[in-house]
Amino acid sequence: MTAASSATATGARPVGGNARRSRAVRLTVRGIVLLYLALLLLLPVAMVFIRAFEGGIGPVVQAIGRPAFQAAFWLTVQITVITVPICTVMGVVTALAIARRRFPGRAVLNALVDLPFALSPIVIGLSLFLVYGTNSPIGGFLADHGITVIFAVPGMILATIFVCLPFVIREVVPVLREIGTDQEEAAYTLGAGPVRTFWRVTLPAIRWGIVYGVILTTARSLGEFGAVAIVSGKISGKTITLTTHVQERYEAFDIVGAYTASIVLAGMALLVLVGMQLYQSGRLHRGSSDDAPSSLMLEPVSTAGSRTGGGI
Amino acid sequence: MTDAVSSRPQSRSGVGGFYDGRGLLGPGLAALYLGLIVLIPISALIWQSFGEGLDAFLAAVTSPQALAALRLTFWASLIVVLINAVMGTLVAWVLVRDDFRGKAIINSLIDLPFALPTIVTGLTLLALYGPRSPFGINIAYQPVSILIALLFVTLPFMVRSVQPVLLELDRDMEEAAASLGASPVTVIRRVILPNLVPAILTGGALCFARCMGEFGSVVLISGNIPSSTEVASVYIKGLIEGDRPSAAAAVSVLLLIFSLVLLTTFDLLRRRISRHSEVG
Repeated sequence: MTAASSATATGARPVGGNARRSRAVRLTVRGIVLLYLALLLLLPVAMVFIRAFEGGIGPVVQAIGRPAFQAAFWLTVQITVITVPICTVMGVVTALAIARRRFPGRAVLNALVDLPFALSPIVIGLSLFLVYGTNSPIGGFLADHGITVIFAVPGMILATIFVCLPFVIREVVPVLREIGTDQEEAAYTLGAGPVRTFWRVTLPAIRWGIVYGVILTTARSLGEFGAVAIVSGKISGKTITLTTHVQERYEAFDIVGAYTASIVLAGMALLVLVGMQLYQSGRLHRGSSDDAPSSLMLEPVSTAGSRTGGGI
Repeated sequence: MTDAVSSRPQSRSGVGGFYDGRGLLGPGLAALYLGLIVLIPISALIWQSFGEGLDAFLAAVTSPQALAALRLTFWASLIVVLINAVMGTLVAWVLVRDDFRGKAIINSLIDLPFALPTIVTGLTLLALYGPRSPFGINIAYQPVSILIALLFVTLPFMVRSVQPVLLELDRDMEEAAASLGASPVTVIRRVILPNLVPAILTGGALCFARCMGEFGSVVLISGNIPSSTEVASVYIKGLIEGDRPSAAAAVSVLLLIFSLVLLTTFDLLRRRISRHSEVG
C-alpha cells in the first residue's frame, strides 16, 4: 500500500534535468539507512541465533530441558497471564474515565498514566520495594498477615503492571475521543442502559485499540527485566523469570544457557511483531480515516500527548 | 421553548458524564488503580529520599560517583537523541519516499526493539560487538557501547514519530517550490524540515526519557565501571543492593526530575514551533 502509493507519486513527478543526480542521492541515502539498520538491528539479532546453535541443536535442547529454565519460563508465563487481563480491564476503565468523565483530579490522573514512561525500571522497582518491603509500615503489616510481596511473585506482578500500565490506556483514549459520544448518546436515548451501551456500542468501537494495547502489554510483560529484577530478589527456582535467567546464566558463564533463553524470548518477540503486522493490515482493511498506514506504535502516544496537554 | 432549553443541558450533562451517571464508580476505580500502582509508590520514593534529612539527600546526589553516573547518562542520552534525529529521520524518509524490494520487511523490523526484551538486546549487542566479535570490533566495557545499546532501544521512537508526518506531507508544496526554481537542498531545508521538526521533537523527548532510565540493554555490555561506564540506573541498583535505600531514592528523585524537565522542555519547544508554522 505504502510502496504502491509512493511509487505512483514518484512516477508522476516531472523528470527534471537533475533526475540522475537525485537518483544517486536516493540510492546513497538508501544504502546508508540499510547499512545502519543492518549493523544496529539485523546482524546483532542474527548473531544470537548463530551463537546459540554453534554447538548444534543438542546443547540448546538440553538447556531448555533444565529445571531452572523450565521454572523461569513458566513463571514468566504466569506473570504475563495475570498482568495482561488486569492491565486491560483496568486500562479500559481508566481510559473511559479520562475520555468520558469530568471530575476533579482528572488532569492529575491523566498525568499519572504517562509517568511510567518517564521512570527508569530500576526506580519503579525501588519505589515498590519501599512501599511493600518488610521495613515499611504497609509491607510490615502485610508480612504480619502472612503476605509477602517483595522477593515474591505478587511484587513481581505489581512491578509488571506498573511498567505496562500506560499501553492500553494510551491506545484506547484517542480512539474514544475520536469516535465521540454521538452513538453512545443515541443508544442511551433509545433506552439502553450503561452496561448494554458499553457492550453493544463502545466496546466494538474501541476493540482494535484494546487489541493493540494488549499486544504491547504482552510484549512488555514477557520482557520486563529491571523493575522485576529489583523486587524479585532473584531466588533461584522461585522468583527467576526468563529475563533474569538470561542474566544469571550469563554471569555464571553458561553462555549456551543465556543464548538459549534469549532466543526463546526473541522468538516470542517475533510473534509479537507478527501480531503487530496483522493488526496493521486489520487497521488498513477497516480503512479508518485518520489512520496513516504503517505509522503505528508511537503515533497514538504522541497524538495523545498533544491532545491531552503534553502528557507528562 | 423553556422546556427545550431546560431539558437540553440536562441530557448533555447526563451523557457527557459517560452514559448516564454522575456516579463516580469509573473514576473512583481508575483513581484507586493509579493510586495503588503509581502514586503511593512514587510518594514513598520521594518520602524515602528525604528519610535521612536534607543533608543526606544532598550528600547522596552530589557524591562524585553519583555525579559521574548522572553526567554520563545525560550526555549519552543527548548524543543518542541527536544521532536519532538524523538517522531516524533518514530511516523514516527511506521507508516513505523510497521504494525497493523488501521494504515492507524492513518497515516491520523497525518495531523489533520494542518487542525484544532489553536484556536480550544487551546480549545480542555483546555477541556482535563484544570480546568474541566476528568483526574483531570489541567495544564492550567502553562508553561507546552505551551509545550503541541506547541507539538500538530508541530506534523506533524517532522513526515512528516522523514516519506518519512524512507520509501525510503535501507533495504539492515541494513540487511548487521546485517548479519555482528551488534547489532540492532548499526544498528540504525550507519546506520539508520545518514540517518535520515538531515530530522530531516528540520523538526526541521519548528517546530522551527512555535513555535516562535505560537499564537492561546497557547493564551487560557497559561493564558498569564506576565513574566511567556506570549509568544512573545501574548506580541506583548498586545503592539498593548495598542497602542504602535513602541514597538510592535520592538519586532516583533527581533522575525523575531531570526526565520531567527535559520532557516539558521538548514539549514547550514543539508547541512553540507548531504555533509558529501555523501562523507563518
